Amino acid sequence: MAKVTIDGKTIEVPDGTTILNAARMIGGNVVPPAMCYYSHLKTSGGYCRTCLVKVTKGSEKDPRPMPKPVASCRTTVMDGMEVQNMTAPDLQEARAGVVEFLLINHPLDCPICDQAGECHLQDLGYEHGKARTRYEFKRRTFPMTDIGKYIKLHVNRCILCYRCVKVADQLCPGRVHGVMYRGDVAEISTYIKNAVEHEMCGNMIDVCPVGALTDMTFRFKNRVWFTKPVDAHRSCDKCCGKVRLWYKGEEVLRVTARKDQWGEVQTFDGKPGWICNSCRFEHKLTSDWVIEGPSHIDRHSVISANHYELKEGHKKTDKPRKNLEGKRIQLGEGALDPNNK
Amino acid sequence: MSRKLLLTHNDVPGIQSYEVYRQQGGYASVEKALKTMAPDAVTEEVKKSGLRGRGGAGFPTGMKWSFLAKPPGVARYLVCNADESEPGTFKDRYLMERIPHLLVEGMITASYALGANTSFIYIRGEYFYVSRILEKAIEEAYAAGWLGRNILGTDYSLDLYVQVGAGAYICGEETALLESLEGKRGNPRIKPPFPAVAGLYGCPTVVNNVETIAAVVPIVMQGGDEYAKIGVGKSTGTKLISASGHINKPGVYEIEMGVPVEEFIYSEKYCGGIRNGKKLKAVVAGGSSVPILPADLILKTAKGEPRLMTYESMADGGFATGTMLGSGGFIVMDEDTSIVKNLWNFSRFYHHESCGQCSPCREGTGWMEKILHKILDGHGTLEDIDLLWDIQSKIEGKTICPLGDAAAWPVASAIRHFRAEFEEYVKNPKGIKDVKHYYRIHKLQEA
Amino acid sequence: MSNRNIAFNSETLELVQKIIRRYPEGKQKSALIPVLHIAQAEFDGWLSPEVMDYVASLLRIQPVEVYEVASFYSMFNLKPVGKCVIEVCRTSSCWMLGAEDVVAHFGKKYGIKPGETSKDGMFTLKTVECLGSCGTAPMMQVGADYYENLTLDKVDQLMDRFKKDGKRKSYTDTPEPRNQ
Repeated sequence: MAKVTIDGKTIEVPDGTTILNAARMIGGNVVPPAMCYYSHLKTSGGYCRTCLVKVTKGSEKDPRPMPKPVASCRTTVMDGMEVQNMTAPDLQEARAGVVEFLLINHPLDCPICDQAGECHLQDLGYEHGKARTRYEFKRRTFPMTDIGKYIKLHVNRCILCYRCVKVADQLCPGRVHGVMYRGDVAEISTYIKNAVEHEMCGNMIDVCPVGALTDMTFRFKNRVWFTKPVDAHRSCDKCCGKVRLWYKGEEVLRVTARKDQWGEVQTFDGKPGWICNSCRFEHKLTSDWVIEGPSHIDRHSVISANHYELKEGHKKTDKPRKNLEGKRIQLGEGALDPNNK
Repeated sequence: MSRKLLLTHNDVPGIQSYEVYRQQGGYASVEKALKTMAPDAVTEEVKKSGLRGRGGAGFPTGMKWSFLAKPPGVARYLVCNADESEPGTFKDRYLMERIPHLLVEGMITASYALGANTSFIYIRGEYFYVSRILEKAIEEAYAAGWLGRNILGTDYSLDLYVQVGAGAYICGEETALLESLEGKRGNPRIKPPFPAVAGLYGCPTVVNNVETIAAVVPIVMQGGDEYAKIGVGKSTGTKLISASGHINKPGVYEIEMGVPVEEFIYSEKYCGGIRNGKKLKAVVAGGSSVPILPADLILKTAKGEPRLMTYESMADGGFATGTMLGSGGFIVMDEDTSIVKNLWNFSRFYHHESCGQCSPCREGTGWMEKILHKILDGHGTLEDIDLLWDIQSKIEGKTICPLGDAAAWPVASAIRHFRAEFEEYVKNPKGIKDVKHYYRIHKLQEA
Repeated sequence: MSNRNIAFNSETLELVQKIIRRYPEGKQKSALIPVLHIAQAEFDGWLSPEVMDYVASLLRIQPVEVYEVASFYSMFNLKPVGKCVIEVCRTSSCWMLGAEDVVAHFGKKYGIKPGETSKDGMFTLKTVECLGSCGTAPMMQVGADYYENLTLDKVDQLMDRFKKDGKRKSYTDTPEPRNQ
């Protein structure tokens, strides 16, 4: 075990834990943002530099501070380590710089982007960015492509987090897409028109932190904050079958994996809850699924607007969706809580 | 009197061939090491010598070697970094082309010290013709029994290969080099783990520059203590300096550490002064990425002492008034040189060579180039200069590998020391356009 | 594009196998860059998707792994090029000493701008970053050979020679003897 202090909060974590995961165990605002790290994907992280933190004391044994900010997602804690995240103003400035870099070539087309409302770059810009850009040059552009029949690739929005490449490497044997070229013209591409077809490839959409990879079956159907997430499952021989259905009225517009508070797929029985293309794209009727109830949505998210769920311990209704839809519900203590907190 | 340790036999006709090299005493270090020294004893000599990495960072070589993990049953590798691509640096090419056997000899001795049985020389793709010279030398060394199984009848065996790159400055960064050697994109790895623990194919690996490995030969021959007597303080031995730019005698010079910069620039033994009787304006002393210094600060430190060609003296004053010895790529600029244009040229280089893996370098290098271009076009503002400063400060120290720093330092130092010139470009774009930024070729032909 | 069968001859295949044998078992991907150089020299100076797919099959890796690598390194051409690819160094000392003039000369006298190929398919002009020849600036590389201390006259003489010779030049060629 190693004791680590982040922004003055101390926690003991198993050896080998990264600073980022230690911060997540503490929770709250000591947690640095992470755009490229994904706990279920091996070797992910280290690229985006948004999770940089300052190590003011290396360890009990070697108390020297680290000379440069380090990527918290790829640096393991040492016993006695002291870390600054929100408490270091120069680090906040550096992070704002990284956010600016990520945005200078981003099209900022949130009004027409399907990811808006659940976009990590949007959140990051809101929390750590500046209101104005100082970039006055032409932004780089790439043509849009369909990679396979389900996924739209919009490289303009891509921040090169490599998550989708790692999904392909680790979940979909026979990877056909990757990062081509280099520098600021590096792009996610199949190079020649190869379709991404593996039955687990839809997970690339779930791991994409921005709107670079979007679900073609959901494209332009609705804004996510007008849809209502409901957890559901079915028995599937290819994946865990535990999903989130996104309803508009009676209609399931979209199926995704269930995500946790860090935007990563939830773990079921110790395994990441990736879902297969069949569950994701081909089962969009309520009758395909066993409904569990409204999904937990953090009040932080824009999707929590107009969204209700049962508070822990409250009696569940056996008519889950239909009767909730469109009805005004009287709120009171112990009743339905819109804030989920 | 200046001693030469690497380029000793530089002028001997036919020194490229095995026979001549051997006649001049070549491969004696292999003989001495394998027959009379334990591997750790070789490392010990290198430690004593105070040799520091000649690729640019100046990390003590003996210490780097002693960090090498040695788990039983796991292969260890020595990889020579011959991906010389730092603008202004061409000493390794010179050395490999002139005396290829010196590198081969150094590789064998160093591999023995580290217990590596397979070693690679990773050379930049553009140096294809040099790779041919090295391959021939290696072939000759195999034929003469210096490579292969049971060298000199000992139980030490070594295979040595040359691997070519394909055009990427970033592969000079040691972990990017290893990625490239594994047949991948030259994306630097995130450290730790360092190559000494998990390098090539996940095995413990040492990556050393060409000149560093060549220096192992004289160190083993005369002993580390003898080597350490040359030089000043922690800068021991000799260093190859690639001199270029507006000087009368560009080329590669082997200097003893501690030669005054002034002597190096003006004496006939070295650069022979500035071309066409012009005045010195600035020097980039250690390859394009180190901070540029104006004439007064390169010749004398801020304390008024003569600046010497050593790691410490070059760095005297920190980045405020000092620079770095770096790779020894010594680029001299005369009074007609436009610092702003020159900086743009460097910035374009780093923009072109950024691997694109991490955001500050991928996005920031291009942004800086664009702003400099805007200033050169006569559309710059004073705010642009501040913006440039701010961008470089947000790249420096925030990236996975030192390319970010390498792109930031030239910008920071140019603004620090030549801000007035930037302002002049902004305020009076027409006036500055009359200044020649480079020599035109027809002028050279006249001279 | 030609429909000819893309395959190395037996001699080249033997060379490729020899390169692969340098690396430990299962690490044959290490041979990728050397083999791509050979492929580029063999198949008209550039790497078409078909050529890259062939290299992938030789090394038993996914084609995308070859595309990723080939597109990363600046020495690999992903589009057809002329028989002589002229690469003029544009960085630092070369630039200070007249690289721009050399490039302009190609435009004026031969009608080729950086990135372009001459109409007869003989020459492609590229500007490249530092080639490590700063002490002999300005310089250019054609195939395996470095041409240093350039003057415009020297460029013209070289161009005449290349034209007369008419042969394709590759990095893997045997280099010309150099004055030491």
